[in-house]
Amino acid sequence: MNEELRRIWKSFFDWVMGNGPRPENEVIPPEPPPDLPFTRKPKDKYSRFHEATLKERYNQWLEIHGLHLFSVLYAGLSVLTCIVIVSLLLATVAELPPFGHERNPANNEVIRRYVEHGGHETGAQNIVAGLILDYRAFDTFGESAVLFTAAVSVLMLLGASRRNRAESELQPHTYEIGRNFLQRGPPSLGHHVFRRDDTILHSVANLSIPVILMMGCVVVINGHLSPGGGFSGGAILSTALILAANAYGFERVHEFFNERTFIISSSTALMIYALSKGYSFFTGANHIHSIIPKGTIGNILSGGLILPLNLCVGLIVAGTLYGFYALFSEGDM
Amino acid sequence: MLEKLLLNHYEAAAVILSGIGLTNLLLQRNLIKKIIGLNIMDTAVYLFLAAKGYVEGRAAPILIADGSGGWLRSSALYVNPVPAGLVLTGIVVSVSVTAFALALTLKLYESYGTLNIDEALMKMTQEQEELEARIDDAEEEVLSS
Repeated sequence: MNEELRRIWKSFFDWVMGNGPRPENEVIPPEPPPDLPFTRKPKDKYSRFHEATLKERYNQWLEIHGLHLFSVLYAGLSVLTCIVIVSLLLATVAELPPFGHERNPANNEVIRRYVEHGGHETGAQNIVAGLILDYRAFDTFGESAVLFTAAVSVLMLLGASRRNRAESELQPHTYEIGRNFLQRGPPSLGHHVFRRDDTILHSVANLSIPVILMMGCVVVINGHLSPGGGFSGGAILSTALILAANAYGFERVHEFFNERTFIISSSTALMIYALSKGYSFFTGANHIHSIIPKGTIGNILSGGLILPLNLCVGLIVAGTLYGFYALFSEGDM
Repeated sequence: MLEKLLLNHYEAAAVILSGIGLTNLLLQRNLIKKIIGLNIMDTAVYLFLAAKGYVEGRAAPILIADGSGGWLRSSALYVNPVPAGLVLTGIVVSVSVTAFALALTLKLYESYGTLNIDEALMKMTQEQEELEARIDDAEEEVLSS
């Protein structure tokens, strides 16, 4: 019994430390490139003998003791800093008003105003949706723009270099006959080896992708009536795209959603958002009658601009999150 | 002090979580683990904001029908809706920053073949020294000719 336990613990320990037996189909990452031969040493600029030896001896001592001492000192100091900061913050937390009490200073007249007038001023049943897409719509526009900018910068950082490298190291696809095994050249950084004949993954994807897409659409469209909205619905939609890419390969998703589609749809959504909300803010600030109807609270067509804005945000979030996944795993979109 | 901390246990947990994240950020030498530490600190902020918005015994801020075609609009019925919007902003910014930082880390790995920040710095210093030695040689050649 004890031997058995020890054996199980040893295999678990090996697995944790990464020493265990390797599965046969594991993709071993490539060796890092060998260090460049630095044959030419920097020249010694000190002509006088004793200065040079002093410097050399200092460097030697630094190599032997200094770095180790410094790392110990650094670790100790950083733990000390964190303990001091956490204890200061805990002392502050102990003085905060009690958790969940209705007389807390956070529940002030701003909240009363939002809850009591939010319904008929924005036309949305979900007060948070009315808050973020009507009162504070400019903030949400900034958030969408931040997401779009992050996606475009990741595209610039990863997409361009990968494409150049793929063109320079263009290698024919190798097919293993009989197993329908697709491999793009040597397995290098960021290139998966796809197995196209995975029946379980295909069946699960066939069953669940329509359900996930429908769920995402419901969450986006009902954003002003129920919890959810553009951000959470867009995240659900992007999981459907990621599942499709994993089950059928990135090429299949690439046919209907690629870099061009992403840029066009996201810029159009941002533009619609900016123009419609700009009109709404302009008329509201100048007391001009706005043509946008509020609708009755609780109907699907209510809440003024909240439904179209939720659709725009959902489109941007779905494209961005799928784009992050595709760029990080495949280097292209 | 301890009973007050137990009364505010969500905020205390958020503070401890942010301390864990900060320690992770300072002590880890692997860049991806550093980014995970930053994400732990983000999570602590969401927990703190959500805890500040909660009011005992009140419903989520979605208007409840009063049964006769109208809506219950009393502010004594719903929790604070503002922290939800603030947490949303936080999540979006954290996702964007994480993605950008990971992309930069990937570029660093492609250039230097390591995720360890010390090794990468060492290789950068070696490159710099190599460059300076070459510049010195070129200057000497120009001066001697």
